[in-house]
Amino acid sequence: MSASNSKRGSYFLITPMALVFAIFLVIPLLTIVVVSFWDYDEYRILPDFILENYSYLLGSSVTWQIYLNTFKYAALTWVFTLGIGFTVAYFLAFHVRSLTWQIILFMVCTIPFWTSNIIRMISWIPFLGRNGLLNQALMGTGIIHEPLEFLLFSDFAVVLADVHLYTLFMVVPIFNSMMRIDRSLIEAARDNGASAWATLRHVILPLSKPGIAIGSIFVITVVMGDFITVRLMSGGQSASVGLQISNEIGLLQYPAAAASAVVLLITVLLIVTALLRLVDIRKEL
Amino acid sequence: MTTDKTKLTSILPGKDVTRRGFLKGAAATAGVAIGSGAITGFPTIWAQNIKNVTLRQFGTGVSNINAVAEKVKEDLGFTLQMTALDSDAVAQRAVTQPNSFDIADIEYWICKKVFPAGTLQPMDTTKIKNYDKISPLFITGKLTPDSKIAQGTAPNTVGFVEGPDSTDFASAPTQWMTLIPTIYNADTLGIRPDLINRPVNSWADLLSPDFKGKASILNIPAIGIMDAAMVSEAMGEITYGDKGNMTKDEIDQTIALMIKAKRDGQFRAFWKSFDESVNLMSSGEVVIQSMWSPAVAAVRSKGIECKYQPLKEGYRAWGGGIGLAKHLSGLELEAAYEYINWYLSGWVGAYLNRQGYYSAAPETAKKFMTADEWGYWMEGKPAQSDILSPEGKVMEKAGAVRDGGSYEERMGHVACWNSVMDENKHMVRKWNEFIAA
Repeated sequence: MSASNSKRGSYFLITPMALVFAIFLVIPLLTIVVVSFWDYDEYRILPDFILENYSYLLGSSVTWQIYLNTFKYAALTWVFTLGIGFTVAYFLAFHVRSLTWQIILFMVCTIPFWTSNIIRMISWIPFLGRNGLLNQALMGTGIIHEPLEFLLFSDFAVVLADVHLYTLFMVVPIFNSMMRIDRSLIEAARDNGASAWATLRHVILPLSKPGIAIGSIFVITVVMGDFITVRLMSGGQSASVGLQISNEIGLLQYPAAAASAVVLLITVLLIVTALLRLVDIRKEL
Repeated sequence: MTTDKTKLTSILPGKDVTRRGFLKGAAATAGVAIGSGAITGFPTIWAQNIKNVTLRQFGTGVSNINAVAEKVKEDLGFTLQMTALDSDAVAQRAVTQPNSFDIADIEYWICKKVFPAGTLQPMDTTKIKNYDKISPLFITGKLTPDSKIAQGTAPNTVGFVEGPDSTDFASAPTQWMTLIPTIYNADTLGIRPDLINRPVNSWADLLSPDFKGKASILNIPAIGIMDAAMVSEAMGEITYGDKGNMTKDEIDQTIALMIKAKRDGQFRAFWKSFDESVNLMSSGEVVIQSMWSPAVAAVRSKGIECKYQPLKEGYRAWGGGIGLAKHLSGLELEAAYEYINWYLSGWVGAYLNRQGYYSAAPETAKKFMTADEWGYWMEGKPAQSDILSPEGKVMEKAGAVRDGGSYEERMGHVACWNSVMDENKHMVRKWNEFIAA
């Protein structure tokens, strides 16, 4: 087979994938970009080329506040999911010796995911509420005398729900990375007198970096775009970028929503690029 | 009714009539009937053809009731297809897809924006049998001769146009009506009397320090801003020219006041959907909030005390009506008039009254309700026996009195109607600031 033939062959093979991407990703994205320059009134969107959607968006203090808030949720969720996810993955990979138990425990981690996101989130509401289970239990045992109000409809509730929802996204890729670590490296570290902590710090952590990076990308992108968790758990009192877009769509301000979406997309792409700079996923996979 | 002649000419084949296949047949039949001189036989043919008509109605969930469509089929013989959408989508569809519906069920404040777009045609009041029975709220804007017309988009201000082809709203009733009212009500604050140990009698109580961290307001900008304005005015903080059409400055002041209250921790949550408001109230997270009447009923049906508290400043009212699509003509138009006449004849009215809403022509609904039902819902009298919903569920026990009292007592104290402001875009942006604050 000649070189040009094999080249043609590869083009042929990637065509279906390229078409799927073009139809379901590239074209819709381009549409969003185009619409973000259109004008609108109460009930219609009007084809046009205006910069007003962007100039209002970028010039408004609300936008900055909302982004700050969204970053706050993303950062807090990231810290907690990473801490918990890393610990769980470490336990599964290094403390559980038999493969059978590893598989069983791993499956146990996924059980909550058999129910829908929304249901898992809503279940927190009666638990954390003013007259909820937690407050009743705490008051019953005499630990507190007034119900704790910050538990529900607060930033605390939002971050709690996010962490609960997305920790598995961190566990899976980190666990995967850890399982690939050559056990002889750990033995070597121990033989050379490294403490458990030093092994973790200098051997396991660097080798788990691709998993951490992939998990972080999952968690951060999901939290940056989330709107339903913020709406339900903050009782509608906090805003996130996703919620802003959802509101704009509800008010039929599609061009404004499109502009917000474009700005969010660029922001998230920048974050992902930065993460990929820190960790070369390709090289370390 | 107009003469048979107009009826016949309107049924002759024309470009509007050929819009759908089956109509061609209908019109041709009519043509043959006229041609053969069988004019006297016309009503019979018409009555048979009308069974083939399908009218497509769309609107918000409240009045798109399947029971109505079933009853139409039973009483009138033609098919009514209902599509339920949210209010924003309703407005958009009415303007941008005029051929996708035959009957639009829209709110009066939406009508103010939609009717001028020219996708609806006004109704000839001489063809509406119970026109004189329609509540004067929708004709003159005054429930009783000495009542004051409320602020906002009062239905009478957008209820009539100058002529059959006009899109200019008339300042006084004319022969051309834009919407036939279907359903309306007066909204106020809902409270949990078991968790509040003091009387509540003003909109200002929503921001009272007594309810700090236990209040909620609805997060639908166009309606939420109105509740916020009722509160600000009651507190004596802001005086409005027209709460239904605020100036930029009035909007800014209102939002500033709400942001301050939010930062001070007055609100427990904001709600957007009916269920959210029910859950907030029944769980005790919130003890005072903007509420809709069926939500109060839903909380009460769980055995939890909830009162739709009348307030001294009055109610915020809303109302919807059905309008005819511009493209309707011939047989379909006749069917639509038939439907409207049926709608006002009482069965639907009684159904809506039993849900706690009000119907357009209360007098006709009376015949379809028991004396006890009428007494409870419309006259503010204590129920003699259990009050049932249209589905037969017990809504109130014997002895209960409707919150706010009689029809006149409630609808006679409307301070403001739901509306759309000239500064709508600015208002929505400021509202978003309030939510993000």
